Amino acid sequence: MTEILFFFEVVLAGMLAGTMYSLVALGFVLIYKASATFNFAQGAMVFFAVLSFVGFMELGLPFALAFVVTVFLMIAVGYATERLVLEPLMSQSEDTMLMATIGLAFVLQGLAQAVWGVEVRRLDLGIGDFPIPWVAENLGLFVSALDVAAGVVAAVLIVILALLFRFTKMGLGLRAVADDPGAAASIGIPLKTIMLMVWSAAGIVALVAGMLWGARAGVQFALVDLALKALPVLIIGGFSSIPGAIVGGLIIGVVEKTLEVYVGPFFGGGIEGWAPYVLAIFFLLWRPEGLFGEKIIRRV
Amino acid sequence: MHDKPLFMTYSRGDVANFVVLMALAFAVVPLMIETDYWYSSILIPWLCLALAAIGQQFVMGYAGQLALGAAGFMAAGAFACYNIELRIPWMPFPLSLLFSGLIAAAFGVLFGLPSLRVRGIYLMVATLASQFFIIWMIDKFGWFKNYDSSGIITAQDIVIAGRSFTSPMEMYLVVAVVVTVLTILAVNMTRGSVGRNWMAVRDMDIAAESMGISLLRAKLQAFALSAFYCGVAGALFAFTYLKSLEPVAFDIKLSFQILFMVILGGLGTINGAFIGAGFILLFPVVLNTVGNAWFHGMIDATIISAIEQVVFGALIIVFLIYEPLGIAKLWENLKSRLFSRRPVAEAAAAKQEPAG
Amino acid sequence: MTQARNFPIGGPILEVENISLSFGGVKAITDTSFKVLMHEIRAIIGPNGAGKSSLLNCINGIYKPQQGRISFKGEVLDRISPNIVARKGISRTFQNLALFKRMSVIDNILVGRRLHMGANFLQIAFQTPAATREERENRERCEEIVEFLEIESIRDTPVGKLPYGLQKKVELGRALATEADMLLLDEPMAGMNVEEKREMCRFILKVNDELGTTMVLIEHDMGVVMDISDNVVVLDYGKIIADGPPEAVRTNQDVIDAYLGVAHD
Repeated sequence: MTEILFFFEVVLAGMLAGTMYSLVALGFVLIYKASATFNFAQGAMVFFAVLSFVGFMELGLPFALAFVVTVFLMIAVGYATERLVLEPLMSQSEDTMLMATIGLAFVLQGLAQAVWGVEVRRLDLGIGDFPIPWVAENLGLFVSALDVAAGVVAAVLIVILALLFRFTKMGLGLRAVADDPGAAASIGIPLKTIMLMVWSAAGIVALVAGMLWGARAGVQFALVDLALKALPVLIIGGFSSIPGAIVGGLIIGVVEKTLEVYVGPFFGGGIEGWAPYVLAIFFLLWRPEGLFGEKIIRRV
Repeated sequence: MHDKPLFMTYSRGDVANFVVLMALAFAVVPLMIETDYWYSSILIPWLCLALAAIGQQFVMGYAGQLALGAAGFMAAGAFACYNIELRIPWMPFPLSLLFSGLIAAAFGVLFGLPSLRVRGIYLMVATLASQFFIIWMIDKFGWFKNYDSSGIITAQDIVIAGRSFTSPMEMYLVVAVVVTVLTILAVNMTRGSVGRNWMAVRDMDIAAESMGISLLRAKLQAFALSAFYCGVAGALFAFTYLKSLEPVAFDIKLSFQILFMVILGGLGTINGAFIGAGFILLFPVVLNTVGNAWFHGMIDATIISAIEQVVFGALIIVFLIYEPLGIAKLWENLKSRLFSRRPVAEAAAAKQEPAG
Repeated sequence: MTQARNFPIGGPILEVENISLSFGGVKAITDTSFKVLMHEIRAIIGPNGAGKSSLLNCINGIYKPQQGRISFKGEVLDRISPNIVARKGISRTFQNLALFKRMSVIDNILVGRRLHMGANFLQIAFQTPAATREERENRERCEEIVEFLEIESIRDTPVGKLPYGLQKKVELGRALATEADMLLLDEPMAGMNVEEKREMCRFILKVNDELGTTMVLIEHDMGVVMDISDNVVVLDYGKIIADGPPEAVRTNQDVIDAYLGVAHD
């Protein structure tokens, strides 16, 4: 009985950790949907956002103000990226865009460290990373409060974004742009405004993801490597699908946790470092467009 | 460009360049440079990384496959070499290097397999798997490190034909010979049908296939040769530069550096690999020196390394926008501008030739 | 077309039997059959979207038809990739140009020699005598093609920098370099002016006459089609509505209704 309970705990912890990957992946999907650009810099944006947030708090800003200031900062980053990187490379190949966003990632993570320094910061969101006592006592399950909070925040963000996509004028425009930027522009959809909105949304998602990650693991450079795991999440879920990002994140979270707990001890641990990527390879061989992505038909 | 080949497929200009470079590498440098610093901190790592960058060029610059795992293959080569030297003591060092490269090449083929189905970022993620998996494997299975618990293993001395090469200059000569040989082979391949097939796959895969190129063979060949070059480079890097073996030396940061070398140096050129490696290696040295000279050590080394990241990242973007063919192309342009200062009559004669 | 040919038209070299192809429920080709004869110039015509290019892509192995079979020189081409089709002796050009943009003209044409170059990477890396000889001989062959097409002045230019008409010419050169028994030419004259078209026709006829290469070409210009082709297949909505010599097709009522009367002339 306790073994089954323990297994549930592992799976639950995996799912909740997975939602954090989902959050990073979400920012990725937003930008991919609007511009068909693989934004490698999403992970660096997570780090940049949360480090700036902590930095502003260190300067004496209260929590809420620091949050708002960082949101504006991320919008500025989005605007600069749009103007300085994406626009000049508009007609270039996908691979070129991807390489450019790798460059952008280095600019952002370097900039954040140059301005705020490299030491590890603690971030206290007022939610502890320890088992919720009530659940532990009554159900015998040890579930971290922070994990649950992360799960709730992720769920709320996803619902808001999905609603925005479905029901607002911006969402409609965005879907049109994703379909055919040229045609969308010709019927008067303001391409640049939409891009700015999307990059800003991705920036805010990055900030939230960074705060949750930072509260757990400390605000430090290692976040960039953690965020890299959003890539296998995207391959599993599909680059253009919000539900895909969620499910992909959950799958990665659960698989890496269970592997680590049940198989890891035989190899001295550390399986989580590569398991998501190898899992992604199997998905690539089996279903390259991801679980929720549209099937790609190459026409000649 | 229309030169008749003077020697095999090489024009007069190629041969002249080769002679000058060889004289520089094997006569001028060993005779002129005495300080160990130049050998062990600049020339040796430059050549090793340039060799790895050639490997990255094969797969990315020529075959057009976005791979990001060069450091993983370097690690495979380095630890293969350590184990061969350790377990087969009679093996001559050059053969150890060869086998290290072949072992890395086997990994290259394995992790190159996804390239048959996917490209772009998908492939990049698949190659990241190789990066993380290889490092983890070496780290977690004690056998690879001969059950050394300290984490840092000293590399064996390089012994060739009973003579050991231990001084920085001697090691430099070993590296220079290996890099020279492999570079010549790389130039031969990239100028011949091997390189043409790769470039055809890069530029338009379906047309390449319709001309009878097997995508499977061309891509796996590129991955195998790429990993071979990275493997040999990794072994040299560990044995002559680090002088020790530790998996963390080959982490993802190094893979990114090698990626930057080929993008900045110039995709699809062999000299771009050397230029890019030199730039990525020397720029931090210059930045550090300038930082210390201007601010007298008041700037923290970590801040300087952060600024370095910003500069490299920004340069990547700037080059992709303004000169996607990298520094090698800038160098070409500079050369042709210098050429245009030839005597008037000669320049006029050159103009008569159409678009040559 | 009346004078004696070096390579008289022979029996069937390519047989397309009951091919059907659809993309996610949309039918591109429906139950199509026709034969191409040895050494002939065969045109495929039809309105836009009639399935002409899809048909070439099926023959070439890029698309896999859901039904039917294609055989070349009596051998069934079943579920095989373009590179294997190339090895059997079929080469092609593409509708929207599929050149290697960053490579020079001569290198593009050299890629066409792929199947005539057997040296492996080690022989090439070490420049063995066999490898260098092979490289030299194939380069010479390509220089001949460059001369034949009268594009010497651009031989070292990256093709991406060339105007459309010249790129079409280079693509023909690359297909010629393969010395395949059969060439599939997908709109080789699209976007060309009268002068350029006349030149292109001259090249196609010359190659057919001198080497006996069987040609299957898609073309919109009816004048060109009537001039150079031995037989014409007319496709409409993925189905064959006529197949025969140009004069017969020109007077075929179905063809006039579906295509000629409406879209052209």
